[in-house]
Amino acid sequence: MSHNSVEKLVKMANQIGAFFGAQKASQSAAGMAEHLMKFWDPRMRALIIEHVAHGGTGLDPIALEAVKKLPPVK
Amino acid sequence: MTLIKETDYGTPESKSEKMITLTIDGKSVTVPEGTSIMRAAMESGTEIPKLCATDSIKAFGSCRLCVIEVEGRFGTPASCTTPVAPGISVKTQTPRLAAIRKGVMELYISDHPLDCLTCAANGDCELQDMAGAVGLRDVRYGYDGANHVFARNSGEANFDWKPKDESNPYFSYDPSKCIVCNRCVRACEEVQGTFALTISGRGFDSRVSAGMDEAFFESECVSCGACVQACPTATLTEKSVIAIGQPEHSEVTTCAYCGVGCTFKAEMRGEEVVRLVPWKDGKANHGHSCIKGRFAYGYAHHGDRITEPMIRETIDQPWRVVSWDEALDFATSRMKAVQEKYGRNSIGAISSSRCTNEETYLVQKLVRAGYGNNNIDTCARVCHSPTGYGLNQAFGTSAGTQDFDSVDDADVILVIGANPTDAHPVFGSRMKKRLREGAKLIVIDPRRIDLVRSPHIQSDYHLPLKPGTNVAMVTALAHVIVMEGLANETFIRSRCDWEEYQDWATFVSRPENSPEALAATLGVSAADVRGAARLYATGGNAAIYYGLGVTEHAQGSTAVMGIANLAMATGNLGRRGVGVNPLRGQNNVQGSCDMGSFPHELPGYQHISGDKARAVFEEDWGVKLDREPGLRIPSMFDSAIEGLFKGLYVQGEDILQSDPDTRHVSAALANMECVIVQDLFLVETANYAHVFLPGATFLEKDGTFTNAERRIQRIRKVMSPKNGYGDWEITQLLANRLGMNWTYTNPSEIMDEIARLTPSFSGVSFEKLDRDGSVQWPCNDEAPNGMPIMHVEGFARGKGKFVITEYVPTDEKVGPRFPLLLTTGRILSQYNVGAQTRRTENSRWHEEDLLEIHPHDAEERGVHDGDWLKVQSRAGETTLRAKVTDRVAPGVVYTTFHHPMTQANVITTDNSDWATNCPEYKVTAVQISTSNGPTEWQERYRELSETSRRIAGAVDAAE
Ligand code: SF4
Ligand code: SF4
Ligand code: SF4
Ligand code: FES
Repeated sequence: MSHNSVEKLVKMANQIGAFFGAQKASQSAAGMAEHLMKFWDPRMRALIIEHVAHGGTGLDPIALEAVKKLPPVK
Repeated sequence: MTLIKETDYGTPESKSEKMITLTIDGKSVTVPEGTSIMRAAMESGTEIPKLCATDSIKAFGSCRLCVIEVEGRFGTPASCTTPVAPGISVKTQTPRLAAIRKGVMELYISDHPLDCLTCAANGDCELQDMAGAVGLRDVRYGYDGANHVFARNSGEANFDWKPKDESNPYFSYDPSKCIVCNRCVRACEEVQGTFALTISGRGFDSRVSAGMDEAFFESECVSCGACVQACPTATLTEKSVIAIGQPEHSEVTTCAYCGVGCTFKAEMRGEEVVRLVPWKDGKANHGHSCIKGRFAYGYAHHGDRITEPMIRETIDQPWRVVSWDEALDFATSRMKAVQEKYGRNSIGAISSSRCTNEETYLVQKLVRAGYGNNNIDTCARVCHSPTGYGLNQAFGTSAGTQDFDSVDDADVILVIGANPTDAHPVFGSRMKKRLREGAKLIVIDPRRIDLVRSPHIQSDYHLPLKPGTNVAMVTALAHVIVMEGLANETFIRSRCDWEEYQDWATFVSRPENSPEALAATLGVSAADVRGAARLYATGGNAAIYYGLGVTEHAQGSTAVMGIANLAMATGNLGRRGVGVNPLRGQNNVQGSCDMGSFPHELPGYQHISGDKARAVFEEDWGVKLDREPGLRIPSMFDSAIEGLFKGLYVQGEDILQSDPDTRHVSAALANMECVIVQDLFLVETANYAHVFLPGATFLEKDGTFTNAERRIQRIRKVMSPKNGYGDWEITQLLANRLGMNWTYTNPSEIMDEIARLTPSFSGVSFEKLDRDGSVQWPCNDEAPNGMPIMHVEGFARGKGKFVITEYVPTDEKVGPRFPLLLTTGRILSQYNVGAQTRRTENSRWHEEDLLEIHPHDAEERGVHDGDWLKVQSRAGETTLRAKVTDRVAPGVVYTTFHHPMTQANVITTDNSDWATNCPEYKVTAVQISTSNGPTEWQERYRELSETSRRIAGAVDAAE
């Protein structure tokens, strides 16, 4: 798995987090998790879930929280 | 098939609701108040002779051929300039009128050549028709006196005679045939809004002149052809008509260039196109067009067009021309082999916004039902995907809210990140017409686009913001609206979620969102931002038009939602003259999105994870569908580089040229084992292809396109496909080799299937389109005739949603290494990556892409107009020639991306919109230095293109 690819996903996740972080606190992490389920393909989700399992370096708190809400990818 | 002849009513339609009844030649006629007597007569079937009047422009009253008599009134007024009045009785033919008309015609003909038999307008000349209509039998004056007709009078040079102007590649101007009726001048002013023509001189010396007595090509003329269409004689004539002759039949079809969706009569002689004439009944264009649609169809016959299938084992080999069977078998077995080796998800497809709805529908069906995954994406990803996302969040539908006609009722027009006069020219002309009538204009754009100042147009506010700060701008405007109490709370309470509104209002009211606090970020004075916000909120009906300058940013989706917030906060939705209007790039961007070209959505924006929607498709198609979203284009490339994605079917899209970060894309393509390109030409992407399937042009197939106002319109086949098949047939051939047993014999059957499976299209059929001309979706039981204006009673999603739009500066920042911001756009004569327009005479208007740079930045770097410049970003570098201009602000540079050798996308980066991955084309930090010519990459690329375009056994015509 190329390092570069995870780095890109971390950047994208943080961008998404910045948007949802600005919404009402009650909706932000859940809103972001829903967004990832709706728009990210399973490969992307698997990669970011795995990254979080290894500590999730570089992810902002809201993105971290959202990824933790994702169900495992089959 | 016959030649469609549209009725010319002589003067424009009156919009009055008050009806007037009068008598014409003893017949009672009822028409709206303000209608001319000429029009009223024509509507009741009586054609009054005329020369200087035509219904696309206002009456002028100069030829005096259209005289009439009104009982009880003195004299013989002109019927084109005389409005109807209640109870009057009009006579259109009396001995006195006949004598006047004959006299008028006699004078005209006495200064007109009598070479009708060999004239290009023979059979289509109003002067000829009128001579016949008035019974002219004899011209008493002779041709010996002063005239404009002959180069020499009795051997002496005739200084009143002028030679033809052939400078425009598409039409010619022959002054000797001009009757100075002024129709061309008025068409250029009123219809096109360019004001390129005038009548110079007076009396006998009067003549039509382009610019300051220049050749047409040298003048401001933008070659829209409106004057040619308006000219009653052969004076202004299409060169194609001169070359071929008059057409004998015609079909109505739709332009395949931009999202305006102009409809045309394709006037034919056999299978040869004589000319394209904009269709008066076209609801998007009302009889107008631009240079691309009307004239730039010659690419269909360009020598570069490939009409036979080709294959090759590896991309370093030359192409081998093969039969269709061999090419399709080869493509299928390769794709199958890839899937066996690398898994079901290792292949996918990209559909095109240039192809028809039916074609994009079939490509996504092939992927979902045939490949068994959802790896389908479309080029809309790189342009308007944030529109789909943002408007769906706010309103519940992924589309603009208005029809184009709505602009006629706008009092304030806000244009943000769009350049309608270049990118959506026919709508740009409509907008200019409304502005000349007095509507106010706000332009938010880093560059001084033409609309900011052009003849008879001057924007009230131009806010030249720094690229990448749209969201901050939109929020600052909202700040002023909320803080100054300009929000329309009645509308908000009844139509939107009040609680969400309050959260949003609190957010925009924060001091850091004020124009004063943001002035430095935006690079725009707070006073201007405040003035613009007040004008938008209080100026009456306010309509927002936006384009790629909004979407192609890291915060593209946020900006779209911010725009929706502005419209909701001021109540500018749900009626004519207002709304949120995305101006779509390519002709069928709207349609390709509607047709399920995104990896997460089935046709009609139904999410793939929805069990109910999926079940409907599963049952109809007889297969199980994957419920997970598939790969987007950027993920396809990333996966390809990782070795997981190995096969791609690309229909009608040059991803290598149009997608950002060219090096990344080419590395990804080079890593694939089967790339199938279906296109007209060996486009740049084909350099990396193993299979080339020749495509068809829009003139060679049937189908539908959906324009930026959700209008579904027909394209009709007027000639047999040179390559043998319409693009939909090719996809079907591929599908059937995968055992899918498709049996479509006509695209209408595909549309029937779409209607069956997509709630918002359930009322659409070719039969309906043939009957009604067009329809704007949604079209179903609730709206059987479609919906010109959306959200009239309530929003599609219920309550309108205010979304908080926090400004996040892009990562693409200027710094010591890359101190300038590059932004990109397009120009009138070229289209997207230019594959078609570059293969027409349009190239004469835009021979190369230039880099616009402000005089201050140019001076600092010792750059002069025309110098070769090296443009470097963190992604790569390229070279271009400089154009020094103050259209761009200091610190900003600008270019177009129409030519492949420019390789503008070598420098664009992989930054993208957070929600949709739409690339951030509009902001790249760059450095500029002078250079001696093309970079090494450009040279290497040129070589690569040449080698990979070799065709075995073909004689290279260029050598
Ligand atoms: S082609 Fe269009 S722009 Fe040019 S002179 Fe005619 S009407 Fe004006
Ligand atoms: S060029 Fe044609 S339209 Fe223009 S004034 Fe002459 S005859 Fe009329
Ligand atoms: S390119 Fe656009 S504006 Fe021009 S004719 Fe075609 S649809 Fe109309
Ligand atoms: S047509 Fe009425 S004056 Fe010319």
